[in-house]
Amino acid sequence: MIKENAVDFWDKVMNLDRRWVYLSIAIVVIIPTVIPFQVPVATTPEVKKVFNFINRMEAGDYFYLGIDYDPSALAELDPMAYAILNHAFSKDLKVVVGCLSQFGVAMAETRLAELSEKYDKKSGIDYCFLGYRPYPAIVILTMGVDFRVTFPLDYYGVPLDSLPVMQGIKNLMNVKGVVDITAGNVADFWITYGNGRFGFPVALGVTGVMSADYYQYLQSGQIFGLISGIKGAAEYEELSGFETTGLASIPYQTLTHAIILIFIVMSNIGYFVTRGRKKR
Amino acid sequence: MARKLLMSLFVLLLIFGTAGAQEAVQDTIGPPSPAPPTNIVVVDRPNDTGHGVLVNWALSADDGGGKDNVLAYEVYRADQADGEYVFRGLSVKGTGQYEDKDDSPRINDLPNPGFLITEKTYYYKVRAMASGGVYSEYSEAGSGQPMENWFHVGKIPILIGVIIFWVLVVYFIFMARKGTDYYVRPLAGINAVDEAIGRATEMGRPILFVLGTGTAGDIATIAGFTILARVAKLTAEYQTRVLVPVNDPVMFAVAQETVRTAYLEAGRPDIYNPDNISYETAMQFPYVAAVNGIMLREKTATNFYMGVFHAESLILAETGNIAGSIQISGTDQISQLPFFIAATDYTLIGEELYAASAYLSKEPVQVGTLKAQDWAKAILMVILFIGAVLISMNVSFIKDMVTVNL
Amino acid sequence: MKKQIPIYFVLISGIVMLIQYFVPSEESEWLFTYANDWVIVVGIFALALGIWSLLRTEFKKLKNPKEAFYAGTLLFGYFIMVFTGLKREWLEAGHLHMDLFNNILIPIQATIFALLAFYVASAAYRAFRARTALATILLLTAFIIMLRLIPLGPISEVNQTAVGWILAVPNMAAKRAITIGVGLGAIATCIKIILGIERTYMGHD
Repeated sequence: MIKENAVDFWDKVMNLDRRWVYLSIAIVVIIPTVIPFQVPVATTPEVKKVFNFINRMEAGDYFYLGIDYDPSALAELDPMAYAILNHAFSKDLKVVVGCLSQFGVAMAETRLAELSEKYDKKSGIDYCFLGYRPYPAIVILTMGVDFRVTFPLDYYGVPLDSLPVMQGIKNLMNVKGVVDITAGNVADFWITYGNGRFGFPVALGVTGVMSADYYQYLQSGQIFGLISGIKGAAEYEELSGFETTGLASIPYQTLTHAIILIFIVMSNIGYFVTRGRKKR
Repeated sequence: MARKLLMSLFVLLLIFGTAGAQEAVQDTIGPPSPAPPTNIVVVDRPNDTGHGVLVNWALSADDGGGKDNVLAYEVYRADQADGEYVFRGLSVKGTGQYEDKDDSPRINDLPNPGFLITEKTYYYKVRAMASGGVYSEYSEAGSGQPMENWFHVGKIPILIGVIIFWVLVVYFIFMARKGTDYYVRPLAGINAVDEAIGRATEMGRPILFVLGTGTAGDIATIAGFTILARVAKLTAEYQTRVLVPVNDPVMFAVAQETVRTAYLEAGRPDIYNPDNISYETAMQFPYVAAVNGIMLREKTATNFYMGVFHAESLILAETGNIAGSIQISGTDQISQLPFFIAATDYTLIGEELYAASAYLSKEPVQVGTLKAQDWAKAILMVILFIGAVLISMNVSFIKDMVTVNL
Repeated sequence: MKKQIPIYFVLISGIVMLIQYFVPSEESEWLFTYANDWVIVVGIFALALGIWSLLRTEFKKLKNPKEAFYAGTLLFGYFIMVFTGLKREWLEAGHLHMDLFNNILIPIQATIFALLAFYVASAAYRAFRARTALATILLLTAFIIMLRLIPLGPISEVNQTAVGWILAVPNMAAKRAITIGVGLGAIATCIKIILGIERTYMGHD
């Protein structure tokens, strides 16, 4: 009797209506909202390298931050931009920020405005926001030669030459490195033209789906660090201690991954049980 | 690390040093000044449009030897030998070369003083910079002209590769025309095309053909068009509807033309309905919504996904799965392949998508090009293997041979 | 003859652009930009054609009671966005056009994107079954990669190393192999197009 019930159960598992899967995901996504909890995050070397790059710079050192994503990738990439900017401003680093995504420029400005107010940083003195220009490959190539060719004025219309922060900074060779956060092929341009043509160090922050594509550049040394997806953002937050939504999103990811794993295990047990029965 | 340190030193020096440094060549007081660089040779920068030169010099005696205090070299340029020399840029110590390049005649509607005019003679002087803001004497001037180049030397490996491949393709096409029969391994996804169209006909339901979210210029999209042409011809013969929702206006025009001609060739121009090929929207997710709507409302029996796909691949394929359609997919987007493999019945991986038109047409000429690809791949495998072995033994000549200098 | 002209045109422009790639001169750069300008021009004309087709088919669908609701919604949205965006200054933030864009279109897009989470689950449930040896390898690999997001103490450390190896070695090997195949296939397709062997895309067989 019990055995028959068991077989019935696995039969049902094998023919499970997918809506049950969807419902489980929906419930699991709601749980951390109702019952908040924390999940420890193990850090990876590729994120640590980006963290170390920022962390080892001294007050007054320059780096370039590319906020090259648009609102559609905001959920995954925003925490990275927040963590890095928080970290940089708290260490009094000078940041040159550019945007190579048409729909992302207003968003990038909002982020900068918010954080500069928090750390009492002034545009033109502590950081420079270049704004947006189309044709990323060409912009990167010209910034390697001179920022002023593509960006004679900053985002706010002030000539770059008159900005104290840009005194003595001619091109991307004068900064310590580039951290580019993007959801698109701008990353390839930074690798090909930034690192390939000029040889300055480049690190990337990309979406989770993209990460598998960029590991090869890590291995070949064309990028020195890689932050991928929410997990990577959470690692950076963990390392730097500046928490926004990265670490907070991890419980959701953990639970959804766990439920999917449970489903996969169940479907495999079901597969073997029902197959075994068919054979008999 | 040393390089990073140097870079930051430059920045500091640039900030604090340049103002007074222009004229200042210190003599006896303060740290000793280094020996000047010598033997300035200016040559044309290769492979460009004619707005760049390479300035070469012999290192200062105090760079890597002597007082060993050189940090960098400053490069100055003038229009005449005795004209005013203007600062152009820096090279780190140990480097005897500077690339002076500027191809914008105007900046902000003002003449750009840095602009290099093709075939005009420019004069260069170089001086060494040492720690403590001390400079060497200027070197003797050297001169040279930027020239417009007519062949990109750095692309020679690509040219050779292209020539070899063209020769292979033409040879195998020629052999195929002469009647040589080449074997190609069967592809499950291609074999399923006929069956999938037959199924739609039996069920009396339409076929959906999705060309993806690329542009008409993408090779994968072009491959998609060639498959669409074959599929449309079959559907015309079977009198089954084929729905082609498109997300790019140029692709829309091409898709309409492709389907129309296919119906004409099948001898059924009377049943061709231009409304079946529809432009939906250029935006990614609204396009997904439109296609999913068509799948669920029209209950399409067979779905083809052939072209460039992004994040929409799984949303489309899973919806098709829910609707119970037979699905055949093909894309060259590596990151989307796993989704298609998991959610569709057959998947053409990368080059299989491109090869599909050869498989479907069965023309000997088309099959010939497949053979050429196989041979090219074999050659590449040999080069890769030997190259990997040699580079492991620190012999880099194969690597140098195939390296492209853009 | 009429059929031959486009094929000769493709042959000539294909070869010219191939040569252009190897010539760095100013004239060659100009040619490249000029050719790309044509792509934009063609795109603009095709867009008009696309919108015309969209409106025509949707107006037709209005007569079909099953489709009328969807077609009506589309046309309503289309005309609202066109009319609220007629003036240049209406395209700035704070105007109705941008409010509709930011508060309706962007959330709907995000919602459709979020469907992925659900579909990944159902696809994984169906696809990751140990049917064959290869499927088992796929299943195990997926399992290891997904485990990295679940904290399991010391196991996580081992897992992290395994994930790094999977991504950096087998994943990359397969990717590079596919990329080489794709590259050769792309060149072969281009040669076929230039030589006029592949003509289906322009409505020839």
